[in-house]
Amino acid sequence: MTLRKFTAALATSALVAPAAFAADMADELTLVSWGGAYQASQQKAYVEPYLAANPDVKIIWDESSAEAVAKLRAMNEAGNITWDLVDVVASDSMRLCDEGLAMELNADEDLAAAPDGTPASEDFGDLLVSDCFAPQIVYSTTFGYRTDMVGDTPPSSICDVFDLEAYPGKRSLQKRPIDNMEWALYCDGVAKEDIYDVLGTAEGVDRALAKLDTIKDQVVWWTAGAETPQLLADGEVVMGSTFNGRLFSAIAEQGQPIGMLWDMQSFDLDGWIVPEGLPEDRKARVMDFLKFATDTQRLADQAKYISYGPARKSSAPLVGMHAELGIDMAPHMPTDPANAGNVHIYDYEWWADNRDDLDAKFQAWLAK
Amino acid sequence: MSDTAKSGPVLAADGTPLKRSLARALRMQKMRALMLIAPLLIFVLVTFILPIADMLFRSVENQIVSDTLPRTVVALEDWDATSGETPGEAVFKAMAADLQEAAAAKIHTRVGSRLNYETPGISSLFRKAGRKVKKWDVEGDGPFKEMFLEVDDGWGDPDVWRTIQTYSPRLTNGYFLNAADMQKGPDGPEMRPENERIYWVLFQRTLFMSLVITASCILLGYPVAWILANLPSRTANLLMILVLLPFWTSLLVRTSAWKVMLQQQGVINDTLVWLGLVADDARLVMINNQFGTIVAMTHILLPFMILPMYSVMQTINPSYLRAAKSLGATNWTAFWRVYFPQSVPGIGAGSILVFILAIGYYITPELVGGTKGVFISNRIAFHISSSLNWGLAAALGTILLVVVLILYWAYDKIVGIDNVKLG
Repeated sequence: MTLRKFTAALATSALVAPAAFAADMADELTLVSWGGAYQASQQKAYVEPYLAANPDVKIIWDESSAEAVAKLRAMNEAGNITWDLVDVVASDSMRLCDEGLAMELNADEDLAAAPDGTPASEDFGDLLVSDCFAPQIVYSTTFGYRTDMVGDTPPSSICDVFDLEAYPGKRSLQKRPIDNMEWALYCDGVAKEDIYDVLGTAEGVDRALAKLDTIKDQVVWWTAGAETPQLLADGEVVMGSTFNGRLFSAIAEQGQPIGMLWDMQSFDLDGWIVPEGLPEDRKARVMDFLKFATDTQRLADQAKYISYGPARKSSAPLVGMHAELGIDMAPHMPTDPANAGNVHIYDYEWWADNRDDLDAKFQAWLAK
Repeated sequence: MSDTAKSGPVLAADGTPLKRSLARALRMQKMRALMLIAPLLIFVLVTFILPIADMLFRSVENQIVSDTLPRTVVALEDWDATSGETPGEAVFKAMAADLQEAAAAKIHTRVGSRLNYETPGISSLFRKAGRKVKKWDVEGDGPFKEMFLEVDDGWGDPDVWRTIQTYSPRLTNGYFLNAADMQKGPDGPEMRPENERIYWVLFQRTLFMSLVITASCILLGYPVAWILANLPSRTANLLMILVLLPFWTSLLVRTSAWKVMLQQQGVINDTLVWLGLVADDARLVMINNQFGTIVAMTHILLPFMILPMYSVMQTINPSYLRAAKSLGATNWTAFWRVYFPQSVPGIGAGSILVFILAIGYYITPELVGGTKGVFISNRIAFHISSSLNWGLAAALGTILLVVVLILYWAYDKIVGIDNVKLG
């Protein structure tokens, strides 16, 4: 073999090797998300750059995240998993992990390290709340109020929600015990660090419900995140809780007279899980995409399209302007120091244990 | 011909006894009929009956505990739950062995979440112990009681072990008890505490509101159906489109439209305030309560009432009314004694349709029902898609199905199902 032939062979093998590797990966990827502006931000920040690098891959969206837990269980029982990567909130990821429906991830192997070499497990830190979870964003459930209906002193504390004298009118709250019970106890004088200890007792539950009783007549209960912005826009409620990104789009994109009340905002996480039991080729493709889509730059890019904070510490300094409105996104992030002065950290483990029990009590209280 | 042939059985042309030949022909005919309906029969069986039966079976199924924790279940048999003491080392040792196997197969958290429906806290006990137990030597290590208590002192709670013992049989009535606002206490079934009872209220409310919705559909639909049936067919067809138009519109759109109409800053309230009938600070509350649900659902279900009534009324001969009047009946008597009895089968058909649809509705109550206007189906949907307590959802669904069947039976006894006509 001449030297020339040898180098030619080497060059071809170098060219062929990645192609052979790619052939082991499926070329179709089904992503499950929430639809709307959030899914659009994922499309622009993760999927479009990935497709530019892997033009042969076809990506299919399924807007089923709201029913993801039930559907994954049904798929698992039928032995036919049609989804590859599923976007869920942190508490659902925990439940899917418990049920054995989501695959356990090894953060340092499966997720990319930060640009400075910090391993993923440190870069995500405490946000890796479940063994199966790859967090993307930090969002918060917080209050918005009608600026024209609150007089000269806009609400500044979460307890203004419970103050019907200073702020008469209806409020909208999510129809579930989570967050509402904690806010009620906090405004009933329980210290923040004691909330879950108090809520763990029967008297604590009664106390929280008694506090909610004081405003029960004035509450509109919502189940879909779009309801509060609509109720605020119609002037049906004077203040209401919803996801901060929904309020951002009502204020910044639609110019509604709505103000943000960040006090005691409840942080929550949203991220990916990989269903358990995928065939090897599909799993290889998913893991490749997952590593790409959760790296530092991709998470920072997502914040250009929606006002949710990236889940990596290393992404925060990279957050820039809104892609279309050209406004600085940092002050609209729930994680911005100005907004995060007093936050409520939701205890996932506690709620995983107690949500069925408290939900029964909460629903019985609602029905009274 | 011989004598034997005369007294023997009558033979068919091919020599077989006529009786057998006839039976065979009939059997062939039945088989052919069965073959014709076989595609539908198999389709319904596979896609409808079997899944429903499977779902209903979940309301009593409870294999997961004894399958995942076989040794513990056996070891717990001798433990006296009423003693108020934590079980002994043998039980903890069995649990360690079971959990290690389960954790290796990654199914230990599944049984944890199953038992967590009954006693809050068990889910995290299993999750935490599953992480630790992988490193234990089940034969050599010990004592396991201390090791478990070190993982979480919740393992020392007799209630946890009582729950495991109570739910170790492969079949359980626990879900049904739960669906009837009861629970398994130390001394058999007992009512749940007052502040956790919800399903009985919801069942009552579902039945009551479905009846109100059915009644208002009859009241509103009857005159419409009467007009449709008595107009010349060209005008009737035009009006029929008005009845059908909302029928073809998405359910969500119609429900949201009612929100716009009924809310406090909505069309109706704005008009009333503008007319001066209602003060601006005393706007009517017409949505997020029972009223809102009844209005929206009556509107949505109205076509199901009008259509069967209309098709029955079309078959009523108008000359009967004329005959009654010519014999001296007043308008009312003619209607009530002659026309109305003939239209009852249409009311019956419409009522059954509307009532059965209403009893299982959940999207509209969820959107406009607030807290007082939600149905039992909203809770079933919650347990299917959100809490994943499919056993409880199946029990609630079974109860609802049985209630509907009982009502259907009562209806058959009182009105008679033969009196129902769709045209």
